[in-house]
Amino acid sequence: MSSTALTRMMTLFYVGLFFTYLFGPLVLMGISAFNTEKYPTAIPYSGFTFEWFNKLFSDKDLVRGVLNSLIIGVGVVLLSVPIGLAAAIIMSQLHKRARSIYYAVVLSPMLTPGVIIGISTLVFWDRLGTAFDADWDTFFYDGIFLSILGQTSFISTFCMLIFIARLQRFDRAQEEAALDLGASHLRVFFRILIPFLRPAVFAAIVLAFLTSFENYNTTVFTIVSESTLTTVLAGKVRLGTDPSISALAVLIILITLVGATAIELRKRAEEKRIAAQLAAEKGL
Amino acid sequence: MSKVSDFFAEFVRRNGATISVYLFTAVIFWIAVLIVLPQLYMLDFSFRFNLPPSKIGTEEDVHTLKNYKYLLFGAEGNPNAFNWLHLEVFFRTIWAAVLVTILNLVICYPVAYYMTQVISGGKARIFILCLILPFWINEILRAFAFRILFGLNGPINFALVHLGIVPEPVEFIKADIALYTGLAYAYMLLMIFPLYNAIESLDHNQIDAARDLGSPWWRIHWRVVIPHAKPGIASGCTMVFMLTAGALAAPQILGGPSSLWFTQVIYQWFYTGGNWPQGAAYAFVLLTACIVFVLTMMRIFRVSLGEIAK
Amino acid sequence: MSADVELDHLTIRFGNFVALQDANLRIPAGSFFSFLGPSGCGKTTILRAISGFLDPSEGHVRIGGEDMAGIPPNNRPTALIFQNLALFPLMKVWENIAFGLEVRRVPKAQRRERAQELLELIALPNQGEKLVSELSGGQRQRVAIARALAVEPEVLLLDEPLSALDLKLRQHMRTELRAIQQRVGITFIYITHDQGEALIMSDQIAVMSQGVIQQIGSGPEIYENPKTPFVASFVGENNAFTGRVASADANHAAVETHFGALRGRNSAGLKTGDQAILFVRPEILQLGAGTQGNALKSKVLAKEFEGFASHIHLANSQGERHISFSTSQEEALNISPGEEATVHFSPDRAIALPLGELAHE
Repeated sequence: MSSTALTRMMTLFYVGLFFTYLFGPLVLMGISAFNTEKYPTAIPYSGFTFEWFNKLFSDKDLVRGVLNSLIIGVGVVLLSVPIGLAAAIIMSQLHKRARSIYYAVVLSPMLTPGVIIGISTLVFWDRLGTAFDADWDTFFYDGIFLSILGQTSFISTFCMLIFIARLQRFDRAQEEAALDLGASHLRVFFRILIPFLRPAVFAAIVLAFLTSFENYNTTVFTIVSESTLTTVLAGKVRLGTDPSISALAVLIILITLVGATAIELRKRAEEKRIAAQLAAEKGL
Repeated sequence: MSKVSDFFAEFVRRNGATISVYLFTAVIFWIAVLIVLPQLYMLDFSFRFNLPPSKIGTEEDVHTLKNYKYLLFGAEGNPNAFNWLHLEVFFRTIWAAVLVTILNLVICYPVAYYMTQVISGGKARIFILCLILPFWINEILRAFAFRILFGLNGPINFALVHLGIVPEPVEFIKADIALYTGLAYAYMLLMIFPLYNAIESLDHNQIDAARDLGSPWWRIHWRVVIPHAKPGIASGCTMVFMLTAGALAAPQILGGPSSLWFTQVIYQWFYTGGNWPQGAAYAFVLLTACIVFVLTMMRIFRVSLGEIAK
Repeated sequence: MSADVELDHLTIRFGNFVALQDANLRIPAGSFFSFLGPSGCGKTTILRAISGFLDPSEGHVRIGGEDMAGIPPNNRPTALIFQNLALFPLMKVWENIAFGLEVRRVPKAQRRERAQELLELIALPNQGEKLVSELSGGQRQRVAIARALAVEPEVLLLDEPLSALDLKLRQHMRTELRAIQQRVGITFIYITHDQGEALIMSDQIAVMSQGVIQQIGSGPEIYENPKTPFVASFVGENNAFTGRVASADANHAAVETHFGALRGRNSAGLKTGDQAILFVRPEILQLGAGTQGNALKSKVLAKEFEGFASHIHLANSQGERHISFSTSQEEALNISPGEEATVHFSPDRAIALPLGELAHE
């Protein structure tokens, strides 16, 4: 066997091992969702069942958590996408020194551990509430409100980075051309800039929502007396022993697969369209 | 001063009044109300006594070093010189986070390199999709999967026992093996992609040139690929360290009964200890550790903050 | 409708840097006016001041007699064509053209109709439904012009719009731009560093260097009667000889050069003893001794034969100073490097100017 063939084999072996590490645990969890064993486990496999799915849907805490997660996710999208967009636009108009200081400030939430963002948000609004002598049922102590703010603090940075990447390819002369043709600044914004940024807006919305839905570290502090999907799950998992969690994971995996396939198909269609356009251009 | 007002004049002129108001309102709200004030407030709070709401703002509400002293020396009357219980958790957390980061780098580097060199086009996208897929699944569920995997009756123990390698099930969770593998797994994506982006920008001809000059494969990596990938390495390591040191879900789910992660101590001050200022002080110490780590990485790898965020 | 444009003591500074210094000129309505100069000379600054993207530090811009101070770009009777065209990539060609009308709330049917008229004007009647990315470079160029014309500006400003095109297309577009200007009859203000473009298209040209307008005049005026060494060396080819004025009268001055005393017109009133530069355009040099003096005895350094002409490089007898010219004279065919050669020129076509800044190639 030649040495290149050996290297190839070893590389493939490593990549195979890596993907086993990546998917193995998830596959086992998936199997445990359909296993009649009382504890979540894949082996021994003692029989096929849908029992855990039924249990899942009748779990009121979980359903309530999912609803709260959805509300928070929408709130975070509504705040962090406009903030990220504004931050990216300002970034693109700053110069040198001011720009690097500004960048350090707006990046900091991404480099701050989530628990700390959660704690600082909780403590800050709690103290504000005390300072205003607010009642316990006001927004100062409302878990959903606080979670939206806490998550927005760092999710805005993600959105900003998406917008910055797209803005770098924006030709500013387009703005000036539109102004020169008599457009107002508002029209330039909505007719020229936003259409150009549309793919980034879409990406930011998806990312913001998924990140919010996923979040645990910040939310566990800001949620106070409410609950989200992740906090309910964490509680259950720490107690440790219910295959209905596996069932939930299976559902999430299925949704993920469908979503990923849809995105992939969309991308392919897009690429085909672009390729066709390029071919047409060459034909000119 | 005039420079600042010039900037605003130019800004409004370029963006128009309405849009300028939106841009500034959004960003000032974000920076002031969501980032700076809460952090400053947490810092201030960590220097205060744990008081009931009725006493906040009264004469008793003064600054103190008590919360930080507690982390170092423990409660008054502590027979030991230092608060070993918490200090040990702190240093073990940092140390473990460093180890997990290095482990992650070692695991991910070959994969990232493989992605850039061997596969291309549509195949590359499917490969990337396969990488991302597991990370669309909730962090907690991923940890749960490891719990199943490493459980006393889990598949690994089942295999080990049945193959006769060990006489009885190994307590992976108690030994923190589950925790470290799970943590390494949890933030892998944030290591692979910076590495991938950095290596991808390397001109493949440089590798061929090095090979043509007779360089062995390890020297190609050591002298050509790794120096080029430095910003990616710095970026990946920073993110993974920060997320690992600040992880809460994985230690809660995969940590053995005796092992505490520093974030868990903080969590306890808030939820079971009921001492928020104490928790805030601990949180601030963790934040400082992370900032120090980021700055160290920037210094060692000579990269800017912008490159880390890429 | 067409308006005149007046710059009245216009000065523009960026911090301590003076981008434009005390510009004074009047551009007549309906004319084709060019600002010509090397990059960084301040010509784009002028254009941005006229269109309203820059405020004057001092002085005024008047369009049709009206002071433009405080009027933003979207309310000025000007339209700007950008160097990179700045077409909107996400809109169809006709939507690009009709954008200015859309802004003015013209109903869609009317916009479509007007766009069609303009598409016909620029000879692209069937391309309205395409995306900008589907057009060729020259077609995009014309769409940019149509987009600017759609708002019926009184003044059209063009910022080196041809610089991105290849040579052939550029030459074609020169003629076409001039034709469009004459058809629509509005004022065109054109910015370029390409003297060929400026000379061919313009009624009048302002030559600029380092923020200062050096000379304003028609193409022939600027070419034949440069007022400063910069203009003489920037517009067209010129051999420049520096030296002291040996003798001077109202019409001519003789300048001591490495090739001996040579005479040229003395329009700047040089006196004996002044330091001066004598500019001799390559095309006025003729082989042979001539009859009016001004003969240069020299040695042939090199000759390049290019069919329609020969390019000849000469040095004086000490080999110190070089001059170059091209000629299609028959005698040129027999010249070879190393030989002696004499060339001469008419003193009425060369010009002597006081010392000053030269244009760098």
